[in-house]
Amino acid sequence: MQHIVVIGNGMVGHKFCDLFSRHPRRGEFRLSVFGEEGRPAYDRVHLSAYFTDRDADKLTLAPRAWYAEHGMELRTGERVTAIDTGQRRLQTARGESYPYDYLVLATGSAPFVPPVPGCDREGVFVYRTIEDLDAILDYAERIRHRTGARCAVMGGGLLGLEAAKATLDMGLATDVIEFAPRLMPRQLDDEGGATLRGSLEKLGLSVHLSRSTTAIGGNGCISHLEFADGSRLDADMLIISAGIRPRDELARAAGIEVGPRGGILADAHMRTSAADVFVIGEAALYREMIYGLVAPGYEMARVALGTIMADADCGCMPDAIDLSTKLKLIGTDVASFGDCFPETGTARSITFHDEAAGVYKRINISPDGKRLLGGILVGDAADYNMLHQIYRNGMALPPQPEDLILGARGGGGDAGAGVLDLPDAAVICSCENITKGRLCGALDAGEADSVKGLVACTGAGTGCGGCKPILSDLVDNYMKARGKVVRNTICEHFDYTRQELRDLVVLKGIGSYDAALDELGRGGGCEVCKPVLAGIFATVTAETANPQAVIQDTNDRFLANIQRNGTYSVVPRVPGGEITPEKLIAIGAVAKKYRLYTKITGGQRIDLFGARLDQLPPIWEELIAAGFESGHAYGKSLRTVKSCVGSTWCRYGMDDSVSFAIEIEERYKGLRSPHKLKGGVSGCIRECAEARGKDFGLIAVEEGYNLYVCGNGGARPRHAELLAGPVDRQTAVRYLDRFLMFYLRTAGPLVRTAKWLEGLEGGIAYLRSVVVDDALGLADELEREMQGLVEGYRCEWREAVETPELRARFRPFVNTEETEELEFVPLREQQMPKPW
Amino acid sequence: MTAYHTILPEQVTTWVRAGRTTQFPVGAGATIKVGDRQIAVFYFHRTDRWYACQNLCPHKLENVLGRGLTGEQDGVPKVACPLHKRTFSLETGANLNGDCPPLAVYPVTIRDGEVFVGIDD
Ligand SMILES: Cc1cc2nc3c(=O)[nH]c(=O)nc-3n(C[C@H](O)[C@H](O)[C@H](O)COP(=O)(O)OP(=O)(O)OC[C@H]3O[C@@H](n4cnc5c(N)ncnc54)[C@H](O)[C@@H]3O)c2cc1C
Ligand code: SF4
Repeated sequence: MQHIVVIGNGMVGHKFCDLFSRHPRRGEFRLSVFGEEGRPAYDRVHLSAYFTDRDADKLTLAPRAWYAEHGMELRTGERVTAIDTGQRRLQTARGESYPYDYLVLATGSAPFVPPVPGCDREGVFVYRTIEDLDAILDYAERIRHRTGARCAVMGGGLLGLEAAKATLDMGLATDVIEFAPRLMPRQLDDEGGATLRGSLEKLGLSVHLSRSTTAIGGNGCISHLEFADGSRLDADMLIISAGIRPRDELARAAGIEVGPRGGILADAHMRTSAADVFVIGEAALYREMIYGLVAPGYEMARVALGTIMADADCGCMPDAIDLSTKLKLIGTDVASFGDCFPETGTARSITFHDEAAGVYKRINISPDGKRLLGGILVGDAADYNMLHQIYRNGMALPPQPEDLILGARGGGGDAGAGVLDLPDAAVICSCENITKGRLCGALDAGEADSVKGLVACTGAGTGCGGCKPILSDLVDNYMKARGKVVRNTICEHFDYTRQELRDLVVLKGIGSYDAALDELGRGGGCEVCKPVLAGIFATVTAETANPQAVIQDTNDRFLANIQRNGTYSVVPRVPGGEITPEKLIAIGAVAKKYRLYTKITGGQRIDLFGARLDQLPPIWEELIAAGFESGHAYGKSLRTVKSCVGSTWCRYGMDDSVSFAIEIEERYKGLRSPHKLKGGVSGCIRECAEARGKDFGLIAVEEGYNLYVCGNGGARPRHAELLAGPVDRQTAVRYLDRFLMFYLRTAGPLVRTAKWLEGLEGGIAYLRSVVVDDALGLADELEREMQGLVEGYRCEWREAVETPELRARFRPFVNTEETEELEFVPLREQQMPKPW
Repeated sequence: MTAYHTILPEQVTTWVRAGRTTQFPVGAGATIKVGDRQIAVFYFHRTDRWYACQNLCPHKLENVLGRGLTGEQDGVPKVACPLHKRTFSLETGANLNGDCPPLAVYPVTIRDGEVFVGIDD
């Protein structure tokens, strides 16, 4: 049996293993992989996602067990130190030696660190591995507490901008330093670069162009950067992202031919100068180029494996490699494809520039106007996938090619509909090399009827994920063409999305669940659509959970959280977490009288557990008499606005965060929403209220408040993103009104703000355009609606205890006055339910 | 659990008076006590039908089903447990969205504005 050895367990090395594991003749070979990193290969392309959750497992391409299951030997944490191409052996850092029949070098690349004095200072990082990110996160945590902490990113290319956006999201003021006179010099022209710069500056990034760094200054750790023009820039940390250098040291030492400027020389079959030694991925120099993208690397893996296996159809590398890219994660759209800067005379360019909106588009077409050669999209890359396909497949252009970037004017053309016109041979997913024909085949055969299904049965979209939008266009248009529509409808009783249902309820003035079922639904309703409609009524007319108690989720029906043993918990509202001693005593007295287990909640209030159903009204009567109101802890509604103590006591405070938190909590109390809502207000960037872990958070800075939205704690923690700031309190409240109302109107059932934002096309930039720039012209309407809800507020517990008919529902048994018998066991001087 | 078993109309030996129809919520349930047993009684106003089942959810053995949301799935009346949203047919007691053991269900009859639940002891 012949032995294939792969050196490097990165993205491309793993792809080689993956293709091998599916190859029909894998049984004739043995495969071993050596990886220098301590963990199995992970998704470097989505590395920045690690900043949000620090969950390395989520990035893993395949667990260790996968290699074993497929009969491959994976040796991580074991660097190969030497190759003897004559003896066909290699040596590892552990001093062991192994034979090979075929050797595949997939050693990738290392970040290029320019030889600037001081680049070994503490606080200087590169951006390539999970360990790099861990180090960055730890260091950022340390410097975050300094006033005005700044991070600099050296390199305004694809990776540098991604890193800069990530540190900005961490709450650090961030500077991007670029040597060239424009951002992304390899992908953008001057105008595109300038447009991008404008958008990034709006997000809060500072951009410094034409700067050549001459020294990294500091005393032990970095404190500033010095430039050739004599200027300097303060920096508490630095991320270097100045390009990559192929890791060819092993090959070079083994006498394998490398390029004059690095990179292991490869022919069209990815063979190196040594017999039976191949190179794939970022380490390879093919046609005088290094390719820093996964798709070409995956293609190399396919070609190398095919050559080793002597497949009849193994093919070879194309002469021209597609370097088209669409950037992710930098807060604005950027994409370029094909030939972005053709030489004058070889092409005709059409540009579209909307400075105010930060949109720049350019396409280059052949002089005869028949073919698309390439282009640049900044600020709006919605057309990227389609344009890229037209370019790749050499499709004929429409008579007025400007329609491609201006949208079909007046024609009512549907962007994305063109996907069905693509030839069957068009490669949709270039990572996995999957054609439109294969995808439509799966849809025709009924193997899939959704993007998720297509991904599962064809593997498309499992690489960089860049083709997901076009997959979804394909599915939508395929379904539409066959008269099927895919929508997230509520349930079998209402064939509408929540937003549609809400619009219809408003339009038709529907006021009750039965009327909705009669006019818009069918059948008898269920536990899914009832609470959805209850929530809709609440957001339209400020209806409390009392008038239609039977359609509420059980917790809302009884205005309390049901607990393990069928008892309930009681949580009075404590706005902003501020409470008087008298009120504390009143809560204590109630808890003592009813023997309730008491605990301080994460939202700065007090939870009383273990109340029987029949005890809820008398408990609330006493709490209301002491001046409390419902805390809505049971509902999909505003919970708390957490605050830090702020400038009244704290010596760092920039503003009185408690007063502002109380004002906001009082404003939105009782607001019912698609999912629970939490807020926070911190008095300064030390962020003691953890406001960025909330659906909305306000952080006081010198000039006012920064408003962050769509964060949450819980199982999938997410930091809120900056929506606006600094703004004064009044403006902050107006933006909050608009933001919350927009969410209340458009989110699906049980979709929290973070997930809602994820699904919002255009993301935070779009949300900002709606809330801050009023792009939809909805701002007044949203504010008015919110004002109506604020004015419509009533304490639903007061309503319930003061109205005898409403109170009847708390009686445990219709046919007897007896109460429930519940078993409790002691717990640290209190009591808890008897375990199951 | 052993205290509860489904009663078919022909097996009823005793009709227990549960209360006046007006004491039960419209489109939802309420609970009655029969000796040591708790029975949940539901009124579906859209079809004008009454149902009864054990109040004890077989999933976690808590007496809570009478407080659950009611609904209909493919024409079958059902109740959703408030604790973990297990749904049960009110006609057969079968768990519709999981593999819990079935609920005991009981016949209900209305006479002169009074609700009666049928048992066999
Ligand atoms: C933050 C970030 C974002 C990116 N975004 C994109 C994107 O959006 N789109 C895109 O197409 N590309 C993107 N890339 C680039 C993409 O990740 C790379 O093109 C891809 O990872 C290259 O794969 P590779 O296997 O060649 O190299 P790597 O993934 O670097 O793997 C090489 C592996 O070999 C190991 N190794 C090296 N020498 C030895 C040795 N002697 N012995 C044992 N092991 C060794 C290394 O430790 C490493 O684990 C991004 C990269 C980064 C860092
Ligand atoms: S966040 Fe609030 S409590 Fe924390 S340091 Fe700033 S002002 Fe003080």
